Amino acid sequence: MPTKPEAGAAAGNTAATTTPGTAGTAPDPAAVDGAAAGGGEILLDVRDLHVHFALRGGWLDRFAGRDRGSVRAVDGVTFQLRRGEVLGLVGESGSGKTTLGRALLGLVPPAAGSIRYEGRELVGLAERRLRPLRRQLQMVFQDPHASLNPTMDLERAVGHPLRIHRLAAGEAARRERVAAALERVGLAPAERFLTKFPGDLSGGQKQRAVLARATILDPKLIVADEPVSMLDMSVRAKILELMLDLKRQLGLTYVYITHDLGTAKFLCDRVAIMYLGRIVEIGPTEEIFGDPKHPYTRSLLAAVPEPDPTKSLPREVPRGEVPDAAVRPAGCAFHPRCPAAFEVCGWEGRDLRALLEQRWTELPEEQFMAETSTIGDLAALDGQTGTVGVPTGAGKTAEDVAALLAEVRAGDPAEPLWRGVRAVRVAGGHAAAEFFDGVDPGLVQAGGVEVACHLHDPEMTGLADRLAAERER
Amino acid sequence: MTGGPAGGVAGGAARDLVGAATGSVLEVRDLRVWYGTARGPVRAVDGVSFDLRPGEVLGLVGESGCGKSTLGRALLGLLPEGTAVDGRIRFKGRDLVGMSGRELHALRGPELGLIFQEPMTRLNPLMKISHHFVEALKAHQPGLSKAEMRERTIEALRHVGIPPSRVDNFPHEFSGGMRQRIMIALALVLRPAFVVADEPTTALDVLVEAQILRLLANLRTEFDTAMLLITHNLGIVAETCDRVAVMYAGKIVELGDARDVFADPKHPYTRELLRSTISLSTTGLHYIPGAPPDLAEPPAACRFHPRCPEAMRVCAGVDPIEVRAGGGRRVLCWLHGPHDKVPPGGGERLEREAISVADEA
Repeated sequence: MPTKPEAGAAAGNTAATTTPGTAGTAPDPAAVDGAAAGGGEILLDVRDLHVHFALRGGWLDRFAGRDRGSVRAVDGVTFQLRRGEVLGLVGESGSGKTTLGRALLGLVPPAAGSIRYEGRELVGLAERRLRPLRRQLQMVFQDPHASLNPTMDLERAVGHPLRIHRLAAGEAARRERVAAALERVGLAPAERFLTKFPGDLSGGQKQRAVLARATILDPKLIVADEPVSMLDMSVRAKILELMLDLKRQLGLTYVYITHDLGTAKFLCDRVAIMYLGRIVEIGPTEEIFGDPKHPYTRSLLAAVPEPDPTKSLPREVPRGEVPDAAVRPAGCAFHPRCPAAFEVCGWEGRDLRALLEQRWTELPEEQFMAETSTIGDLAALDGQTGTVGVPTGAGKTAEDVAALLAEVRAGDPAEPLWRGVRAVRVAGGHAAAEFFDGVDPGLVQAGGVEVACHLHDPEMTGLADRLAAERER
Repeated sequence: MTGGPAGGVAGGAARDLVGAATGSVLEVRDLRVWYGTARGPVRAVDGVSFDLRPGEVLGLVGESGCGKSTLGRALLGLLPEGTAVDGRIRFKGRDLVGMSGRELHALRGPELGLIFQEPMTRLNPLMKISHHFVEALKAHQPGLSKAEMRERTIEALRHVGIPPSRVDNFPHEFSGGMRQRIMIALALVLRPAFVVADEPTTALDVLVEAQILRLLANLRTEFDTAMLLITHNLGIVAETCDRVAVMYAGKIVELGDARDVFADPKHPYTRELLRSTISLSTTGLHYIPGAPPDLAEPPAACRFHPRCPEAMRVCAGVDPIEVRAGGGRRVLCWLHGPHDKVPPGGGERLEREAISVADEA
């Protein structure tokens, strides 16, 4: 299930350099100790990182110089990574986890923010200065098949980083290091594998070869993007086990990018849950899984299908899907899907549209026809915030529209959207819903984790209580 | 292994036919599918038998290359040219094996449906969503008026949660989950009695996956559609299927009530597959040594024996015979008998060299 098949294309380019003197594989004892203690020095310090992708319009837009805006794939991310740690970046597609991982290695340029690696700023560093650092920063991609050039045998593929950077003195020295790297990942005896081509290998063997290539330069940090999600169930555990072995042997630090909560729970020391370009919850794995704070994290955990027939499908699945990052929802990006959203979460016109459309898929046909003719084109609701004018259907009045909205509300008073509506009024011949202003949540401490949710911010829950008193019954 | 059905299978088939009298919508007997390849014939499906009742969901699980998708396509007559099919597929009293392409084509849609993994590749990007439905309805229910077709389309889409305002949008204007909803509506607009859903949620995120599985569960109770749900995700089977069939190297090695099979797997492969699945309750890593076999040259006798932690000498020498294990469970494993068919000394542990990491995976 490749979610980012194109990612593999860059695999060959991430390999980098090492100095001839560091050919050995002995781990840095300090790093291993740090990992064991769980409190090593900070290896990577990321502050308010932004990665934006410009949206390209058609040729006419470009000709006319019109700007189509941009997508904030990573939208203000801050975290620290300690030496020897495994940090999970967990999220659905479109959460920005892959872009964040690539940005950490300088594979996509950040729009703003800072990435400090061992105290050195990587953002804005010239390629020439970045290159020697890249030998310490490696990446493993999801699709091992796409990561390996089908025309290169393993000796060339795994030794490629050495060749690019002219690191091994001569053919024999290079072969020796490639053989050592292959044996370290279990492709032993190496003589059997040096002459093999990717096509001769199973999926798991290919991913082993990719790991051999990623570790041949003795890196310090590996960003692994869904390294097992394309492998069969019966072999996934082997690759995860190998990753843990390599971490112990080489004193590695991992950023593990995945949508799979099960492997993240097993592999990671800490987990960052991402949604639409931001970290919404970050903390120790045990606490994130044992006592999730963000409603999004809770929904994700409840929705994971477990091979336990006594557990049935969750009754409450958040509606809708991850929204388009180009038109981010107001306030908290998760509020349109959140079962616990309230007054200050950012309710707006398009949420009302989604609510009505959803309702209309569930009504009996006659009622559905009557309601659709009462309200005009729902597209008019998009983009409106604050006081949102609701269009009137042909031959209907604003009072009809207001009455219908009251009926919809009475039919499902527990719907979170209504907490965000101060009142529905008729003025100047139009019905309008007055929404409370939303507030964009930042990370706040809650227990041992940081979470971006107003539910855990006493200031916000207090404000919501005051607003609720203003609401018209 | 291509010999006639062994005694146990024949007996089982007879008993299943009794069950058929109580109203199976589909009866598959000793189905075999061969592909011709440059390396010789590949037996992708090798003697598969099962029944499906109306409204029942049978999960078909297995790793990549075990033949599960081939089986699904064979049931709908959708195999590519040059594929050989043998055995019986009785659907509502008619045998689909050997049926002409024209007859099969007439059945697909109103009687047999298919839900694919990647919906975008199955929708025509140049056609409005409504047009897809009109085409399907025109082909199979030519009597409908334009207004009736429009009504049926809106109803089918409303059923899967697509708002009527989106009926005339194009496929690219929908998200992945919405497209899969559209595919489901398209498969069900003609109310087929049997649907194959091939990894219907694999490309989707976990929350959308849960939505789609819930939708499928609602639809089958509503329309009484029997479904073969093909997946590699044991969690999905546990949560959505009545019964489960575990496939390995072209054969169903265990079949039974999903709860029973998960609670007490009989076949070592089922047990090892469950143990190696990484889920939220995983506390230790476990894996099956070796790799799934190449179906052009499958291992002799029991195909799982080279990877099986409990392999006996008989497993490497004699084809296993399917046995009943109570509660409708079928198991293809010598551990469960028939014990009188095991040759002398066959019950001893199979001596073999340890599988090196390099051979596995």
